[in-house]
Amino acid sequence: MEDNSSYFRPTNYLPYDFANRRHIGPSKPEIKEMLKILKADSLDELIDQTVPTELRQKESLGWERAKSEREVLYHLRQTASKNKVLISLIGQGYHGTVTPPAIQRNILENPAWYTAYTPYQPEIAQGRLEALLNFQTMVSDLTGLDIANASLLDEATACAEAMVMAKRVSKLPSARFFVDENCHPQNIAVLKTRAEPLEIQIVVGNPLDYDFKSEVFGAIFQYPGTFGNLSDFSGQIKALHSIGAIGIVAADPLALTLLKEPGAMGADIAVGSMQRFGVPVGFGGPHAAYIATRDEYKRSLPGRIVGVSLDSRGNKAYRLALQTREQHIRREKATSNVCTAQALLAVMASMYAVFHGPEGLKAIAQRIHRKTVRMAMGLEFLGYRIDQESFFDTITLEVGRSQAVLLRAGVNEGINFRKVSDSRIGITLDERTRPETIESVWRAFGLDRKDNDLYPHYRIPEDLIRKSEYLTHPVFHMNRAEQEMTRYMRKLSDRDLALDRAMIPLGSCTMKLNSAAEMMPVSWREFSLIHPFAPSDQTEGYREMLKDLSDKLCQITGYDAISMQPNSGAQGEYAGLLTIRSYHRSLGEGHRKICLIPDSAHGTNPASAQMVGYSVVSVSSSVSGDIDLEDFYKKAEAHKDNLAACMITYPSTHGVFEETVKEVSKITHEFGGQVYIDGANMNAMVGLVQPGKIGGDVSHLNLHKTFCIPHGGGGPGMGPIGVKKHLLSFLPCHPLDETPGNVVSAAPFGSPSLLPISWAYILMMGGEGLTQATKVAILNANYIAKRLEKAFKVLFKGKNGRVAHECIIDTRPLKESCDVTVDDIAKRLIDCGFHGPTMSWPVPGTLMIEPTESETKAEIDRFCDAMLAIHSEFKDIEQGKIDPKNNPLKNAPHTVEDLVGDWDRPYSREQACYPPGAFRVDKYWAPVNRVDNAYGDRNLMCSCPPMNVFEEDH
Amino acid sequence: MKYTKEHEWLKMDGVVATVGITNHAAEQLGDLVFVELPNEKRAVSLGEEIVVIESVKAASDIQAPADGTILEVNKNIVEDPNLVNSDPLGAGWFFKMEITDPSILDTMMDEAEYLDFIS
Repeated sequence: MEDNSSYFRPTNYLPYDFANRRHIGPSKPEIKEMLKILKADSLDELIDQTVPTELRQKESLGWERAKSEREVLYHLRQTASKNKVLISLIGQGYHGTVTPPAIQRNILENPAWYTAYTPYQPEIAQGRLEALLNFQTMVSDLTGLDIANASLLDEATACAEAMVMAKRVSKLPSARFFVDENCHPQNIAVLKTRAEPLEIQIVVGNPLDYDFKSEVFGAIFQYPGTFGNLSDFSGQIKALHSIGAIGIVAADPLALTLLKEPGAMGADIAVGSMQRFGVPVGFGGPHAAYIATRDEYKRSLPGRIVGVSLDSRGNKAYRLALQTREQHIRREKATSNVCTAQALLAVMASMYAVFHGPEGLKAIAQRIHRKTVRMAMGLEFLGYRIDQESFFDTITLEVGRSQAVLLRAGVNEGINFRKVSDSRIGITLDERTRPETIESVWRAFGLDRKDNDLYPHYRIPEDLIRKSEYLTHPVFHMNRAEQEMTRYMRKLSDRDLALDRAMIPLGSCTMKLNSAAEMMPVSWREFSLIHPFAPSDQTEGYREMLKDLSDKLCQITGYDAISMQPNSGAQGEYAGLLTIRSYHRSLGEGHRKICLIPDSAHGTNPASAQMVGYSVVSVSSSVSGDIDLEDFYKKAEAHKDNLAACMITYPSTHGVFEETVKEVSKITHEFGGQVYIDGANMNAMVGLVQPGKIGGDVSHLNLHKTFCIPHGGGGPGMGPIGVKKHLLSFLPCHPLDETPGNVVSAAPFGSPSLLPISWAYILMMGGEGLTQATKVAILNANYIAKRLEKAFKVLFKGKNGRVAHECIIDTRPLKESCDVTVDDIAKRLIDCGFHGPTMSWPVPGTLMIEPTESETKAEIDRFCDAMLAIHSEFKDIEQGKIDPKNNPLKNAPHTVEDLVGDWDRPYSREQACYPPGAFRVDKYWAPVNRVDNAYGDRNLMCSCPPMNVFEEDH
Repeated sequence: MKYTKEHEWLKMDGVVATVGITNHAAEQLGDLVFVELPNEKRAVSLGEEIVVIESVKAASDIQAPADGTILEVNKNIVEDPNLVNSDPLGAGWFFKMEITDPSILDTMMDEAEYLDFIS
């Protein structure tokens, strides 16, 4: 008999090893091969040559073994089930909404949308740029204002941005800003925090009896008010205008389908949340907020704006407009540090409007209003008096001492009411409210009645009924069959290049794998349907996750506490500096307002510093790219009485593990300052170096870089901050807390429905896997540096000639000898099927490449081949073999139009369209030729262009 | 013609200076897309930021080269910012100002010194 027992002998192949098999790109044999090329004996040897030993963490990351995907999903299910999903009628800016399944599946759960980067390279981002343009058009229509941006982080920060914008454009000397007492409490809390360091004085009051001719530079009103009331603010805004002040309305966009729009009231700026346009509440986020303004103020609009321009063939093409407004160029002169949008959520909201059209949105709003009227009538029948004569979806009523009993009765019916003061209750209905919900509300109040009264009562005053049209553009009037909708979403995503097609080697952006298992829990109802202000006994699962994730992030970073509140890296910087500021003030050292920042820092650093009232003193870099220690010491000492902080990035923005970091920290501490270490490059440190142990007092972590939250085509993000013990009590506090403290976001934990992604990642990798990921990220970067070295100079290296997790290649000689720019290279890479690396940052005229650990050797080789081929095309220009103005680099990217039209170029169509790296069958075709930036900025158009421009569209 | 370290040029006619930015500055900025000019008759002081310019790759401010009063601004460049790129020393001028104390011109560079400064 044949012996088959050897066939069943256990092998060392581990099919469920997520870290080494699924997350980390290069296989073990590939790693070996790459090390050989780098002339390193082992991965550890390479790391020893790269990361200075005295900075290395002593203990490796502990905790239990890595979980498999299945185990982690089971574990997260268990945790999720500890959240109780009640029907939350709390309102206060967060509403139940129905995410159309077509949008959930084709956008939210579709890597073509969620793994894309911010559309800096417009030629490969036409799909999401169109979706965002739809968003801007929708916002501009609903608010009745001329121009909107592509979204902000949340409504509360949008209010703060609007306030700062009002201060700038009003040009009034007054430092006073009026805030309607009917604003949502979290909006007021964020406004107060933002105002204080800028010496803006906030006056909270009743807009009906405030004298707006007194000295204010602007005012904000909530519409409808947080308790449900409706008022027309035309009179107040007129009074504001009479003294040159700015009127801002924070408006619910769904209510605006029925109500007079802010533009018709004369408002200069409108802000609000697009959450209820199909984006689940998710315990506070992420959602897209909007901001819109009049044409005359468009150049002061913060954040990203999509505009229409032309490509080199004169065809319509979209791209980000007014990029020079961005903090990375204005630095400390910027008035806002906001970099990101909430692109994925804005896309969802815009698709919700496309899906429903104006008729659908209006019908949804009418139904909600009628339900609210019916519910109110039931309560009035019981003898309760509704506080508001007119309302849209929210009522508040005085219940006296029975408040606690009624709140409990609500919970027993499966419903959360809003607790207002000690004797009132607020109820907000939404798209999810069914007749049974209304009956449950009534039962909680002691009324047993069927909800069958369908008469169209309404309680909106005649003069507040909307007169103007909205969403008139054809995109909001397409046939609403799901077939059409599905194909529209597919068509747009097919225009874009995201991680699901190719490596995105953007330096400082860490475009690593966002695995499917990490993403799945985001859609679970136990995570997505929880109201941010739900009673804490309903959010036990969330709290358990927050605690474990915070503990693990503390272990990784060497900090003592984490605040999850900041919604982006930039907001983390702001929150961290606020924390430092509060700490100094607590010691009576509030005069410390100098912030040292190396000139190589990301532009957000100085922009964040000015937001907390700090003055930036710039520190120069030495030739090697390191911080110039001598200059640093000189400046720290010169400002020793007023030194508040230094902000450094580690490893440096030059992609090097500087040896000087401990020295920089020591000097800063010696002169009384705190050390902020920007965590943008954390992906080079996890498991090897802890920012909290090399001198850092605060760091933010970009969870959307190092910890796998996808970039979503330009948001969401999360930028939690870690701090040392002495700063713990100054961390951001709950927006509804009575005690004064810093509040940077509307929701207490920022965008917690994203946290299962980072948590799942950490659990599936384990400490060992996370460390291995860091090592392979460093390996991949060094491998690229090595392969490209022959053609391009690698600008900065560490002592042993190694780079960290990214490398900067010097492309300036190409510009000097033949006028080939970084733009030309990035656009040519599109022909090869790649997203270009980061351009001109931190060194103008260079490219910064970061492969991350998730890219395989094959993909990295494809990229290197493409780069080397580009270099030989450059050589052809240099040697006069091809026209310096008419060549594949200058004409890139090439499109299908180049295949079918006349061809009179000195190179072949084959060379144009199929350079090394490009796939034959699976070739990515850019939908437009090179986009003309200047044309678009000179002829600004930021909403959907009229149909005649579309006519050539097939 | 006089030049400042901020890459502005001044063409004098009595006490009135016509002010613009140099060829070199225009090249560095790239295609201009937006210009915001000060009000006429405004009194300005040396170093005060009075003009905002934006190009496709940079945003910067232009400072008053001396104490004085703005007499006239070039509205053509607001309409067509490209004039600054195509003819920085001519049609792309920014403003005319009366200079309070013309002796400040002695502290500025002449063409040779400026060319040396930027090389």
